[in-house]
Amino acid sequence: MDILQNLLTTLEFIIQGLWITVWVTVVALVVGLVFGVLTALMRVYGNRFWRQVATVYSVVIRAVPVVVIIFILFFVIAEYVNLSPFLAGSLALGFASGAYQSEIFRGALQAVPAGQMTAARAIGMSKVQAIWSIVLPQALRLALPAWGNEATLVLKDSTLVFVVGVPEILRRTQQVSARTNEPFIAFGAAMLLYLGLTLLTTQFLGWVERRYRLQM
Amino acid sequence: MTTDPILRLENVHKSFGETHVLKGVSLTIQPRDVVVLVGPSGTGKSTLLRCINLLSPPTQGKIWLEEQEITAPGVNQDKVRQRIGMVFQDFNLFTHLTALGNVMVGLTRVRKMNKKEAYDLAMLELDRVGLVDRADHYPAQLSGGQKQRVAIARALGMDPHVMLFDEPTSALDPELTGEVLEVMQQLGQEGMTMMVVSHEMGFARRVASRIVFMEGGYIVEEGPPDQMFDAPRNERTREFLNKISSFEDNGQGE
Ligand SMILES: Nc1ncnc2c1ncn2[C@@H]1O[C@H](COP(=O)(O)OP(=O)(O)OP(=O)(O)O)[C@@H](O)[C@H]1O
Ligand SMILES: [Mg+2]
Repeated sequence: MDILQNLLTTLEFIIQGLWITVWVTVVALVVGLVFGVLTALMRVYGNRFWRQVATVYSVVIRAVPVVVIIFILFFVIAEYVNLSPFLAGSLALGFASGAYQSEIFRGALQAVPAGQMTAARAIGMSKVQAIWSIVLPQALRLALPAWGNEATLVLKDSTLVFVVGVPEILRRTQQVSARTNEPFIAFGAAMLLYLGLTLLTTQFLGWVERRYRLQM
Repeated sequence: MTTDPILRLENVHKSFGETHVLKGVSLTIQPRDVVVLVGPSGTGKSTLLRCINLLSPPTQGKIWLEEQEITAPGVNQDKVRQRIGMVFQDFNLFTHLTALGNVMVGLTRVRKMNKKEAYDLAMLELDRVGLVDRADHYPAQLSGGQKQRVAIARALGMDPHVMLFDEPTSALDPELTGEVLEVMQQLGQEGMTMMVVSHEMGFARRVASRIVFMEGGYIVEEGPPDQMFDAPRNERTREFLNKISSFEDNGQGE
């Protein structure tokens, strides 16, 4: 009874960080999506220059720990632009995720059969039109399973923004744990929340995937 | 009767690096012509079609579409391709779009029609190929013959002045070739100018106004079907046409 009561109170406090975790994840995923798709397009269709820009981005970002990117944004860039911890953290996660998403979308773009581009050009589409309305929509669908996996990774990586003081789930958990001296209950509650979030995310993405599956 | 040609090729060459595929092809096509192009595998028939609609432009030589020299520098190639429909051996339908979507996408994106206009015209084109009742099917839900008819409707939607067909029935099961050939015959009767790579000799006899025999990157001989089948001037033409015609008689044709 006591434990249950305790767990509920703890949950009540931690759950206020839930929306922050969700928002950090969503912003990071959207930023990552934009960067990922753009750099993938640059790598597949760009000239030498753009291909190199994209490759450097992808290689450098993937070589650096995400926490370092968060610190760079928060302590260095935030000197010049007004970046809240929330924004610095989510953007950093987004840049990082973009590099991984770029790999996913590059593979997906290359998996679209060449005949699709040929047929699009044959009805008079320009290359840009053909990419935008024929190749990319198919590539996005092909990328969905791998992208869903990346989404759950970003959800878990969102804990990293606690290093700059964003009061998301993990940070709040630590606060409770320090105050009540009951780490088992605090981290148990956090675990339950993450488990729930991850399950929801995979369920939702599974539904999207079934809805938009490409039948070849 | 003399009219202005709709398509004129003058000494067209095409090389891929060291490989010299087309070695000087000249050809004139009048409006309403149905030209059936035959020749052994690897001879450059597909390459020739892809040169004509500039999917891979000639390395040398000139092509006119109506009064415009489309191989001239500075020509808007996308605009040229709008006027030349192309149908491929393996259909190449857009997999993420329904039959209707496949026809509509060119109308909205390239011809800049609004949704309503595009829908109406697309349904009309699907009706032309007898597939209105399959409008909301995805390519994966269509038979090969139906896919190819959607591909024809997609090309027709752009209101092309010439249609190119690259072995439109050779990926189909024998019992499905008829429905596609019928649509093409219908098009020919409506006066569409067509250039068809095909080894369907029955179709060629019925529909072609001219047969062109290509080998080794050259046009060896061309003429009306009767002459080409019954009294070819060139020994190679006779041999080749005999061979594919007998294949067909044995039911082993494409
Ligand atoms: N993109 C390319 N790069 C290099 N070589 C090519 C390319 N496209 C075609 N070729 C070569 O050009 C030659 C003619 O090919 P093409 O596809 O035009 O022949 P075809 O007459 O259509 O034959 P088939 O009846 O088998 O379709 C072949 O030797 C082929 O290997
Ligand atoms: Mg060919």
